[in-house]
Amino acid sequence: MYNNGHELLQIAKEKELSLSAVVIEAECKLSNKSKEEVIGEMQDVLKVMLEAAEYGLKNDVKSVGGLIGGDAKKVARSTKTLCGTMINKVMARALSCAEVNASMGRIVAAPTAGSCGILPATIITAAEILDVDEDGMINALFTAAGIGQIIAKKGTLAGAEGGCQVECGAASAMAAAAIVEMAGGPPETSLNAGAIAIKNIMGLVCDPIAGLVESPCAKRNASGAVNAMISADLALANVKSVVPFDEVIDAMFKVGRALPVELRETAMGGLATTPTGIKIKNQIYREENQ
Amino acid sequence: MREYSAFDILGPIMIGPSSSHTAGAARLGKVARNIANHGFESVIFHLHGSFAKTYRGHGTDKALLAGVLGMEPWDERLKVSFDIAARKGLKVEFIETDLGYEHPNTVKIVFHYLDGREVQITGSSIGGGNIVITKINGHNVEITSEYPTLFVTHNDRYGTVSRVTGTLSRGHINIATMNVSRKSRGEEACMVIQTDSEVSEEIIEEILNIPEVISARVIN
Repeated sequence: MYNNGHELLQIAKEKELSLSAVVIEAECKLSNKSKEEVIGEMQDVLKVMLEAAEYGLKNDVKSVGGLIGGDAKKVARSTKTLCGTMINKVMARALSCAEVNASMGRIVAAPTAGSCGILPATIITAAEILDVDEDGMINALFTAAGIGQIIAKKGTLAGAEGGCQVECGAASAMAAAAIVEMAGGPPETSLNAGAIAIKNIMGLVCDPIAGLVESPCAKRNASGAVNAMISADLALANVKSVVPFDEVIDAMFKVGRALPVELRETAMGGLATTPTGIKIKNQIYREENQ
Repeated sequence: MREYSAFDILGPIMIGPSSSHTAGAARLGKVARNIANHGFESVIFHLHGSFAKTYRGHGTDKALLAGVLGMEPWDERLKVSFDIAARKGLKVEFIETDLGYEHPNTVKIVFHYLDGREVQITGSSIGGGNIVITKINGHNVEITSEYPTLFVTHNDRYGTVSRVTGTLSRGHINIATMNVSRKSRGEEACMVIQTDSEVSEEIIEEILNIPEVISARVIN
């Protein structure tokens, strides 16, 4: 199995396969299952993603901690936009997943619950733009999983270890690589898009207010999804990442290790310890203790 | 280097908001329920560390209770587990506590039965929805529930271990890992046996018939 981006590209080249085909083949071997079985499992994943990305567009969602909810619907219905309705759609879908997650609804951790909106939002919206069917979306999810496997193997996908960059950043890279394949880009272009996506958010800290997966997590899902779309477009325009994918990933982990513990999911720094963040935390804990 | 499945990356399918504080909590509750005998009339959850601090905001309490009621981490009824418990007449209590040197996401679940007995199970949610059970009624164990797991308590006498493993062997069940420990010499001891295939109720019955065996439970 591939341990890094370079090996993944080599296998794709030698076998003349798409990235998704390489990932599917590896998955069959690892799990000792048939191609039909692993594709069936991914269909279940996609089904939950589609529901989570849709629910918040039409329903008023309220998070358990009460910090977020209703934003997906607002963005989906907004007519004032500078970036265009497509970007609003991507953001609304990402927000919807984050709101469903924060209100104890059903989601797919992709790669984590806190970053669960980025992949569904980009894949669904790219499928609309490119007129790609369900099979194409399933393939894209396998490509995304392949990028995630490499990031997990080389380091971590836990915000407590590497900050938000390894959760929302990883999700962005996975999504960017996946939608490049949907758009017909070759494997190198997918990895370029992934590298660009991570470079764009490198250093992003994990500083959840009151320790809850609500604020700023939901908006970082929205921006992470847009980051994936623009990184894919840069790569598809043949813009190359100066630093190759594997080196970018390694740099991200080094940055993660250099982050103080206050900025790694402990809610002891960043937005969590702003006057507003502390006020919200105190309110929530006071309610808990009553 | 560990190999990751595509579904380790895109998964689990779960009820939010947190894989460790919600999905892992539901799994902890479910595994604890399977280890304890059914028919309990009340459950007390002793929450430690981050579980104690942030349980309401993450729905950890609802998820733990849902697990104890038999729900899976992806069950949408997880949200309303308190209502379901109330309908079933199950008494529930959550206590914030300090369990000492434990993983930050740890809970001690105490099941109470009508006849006054109780079963105490401690476990931790160790990330990504994965869990480990670390104590059962004072016995130190390590149960991750990745494999079917057999938990047997017995009197510390010669031949008991071989009778239990002999029963598994006759049932064509291969043992993957096995751990035997005791409170002290000649006292109550326990076995945690992970197997490659599921252990049937008939085999459990057979194990319960072995002299010196006190209890036997399987988490398939």
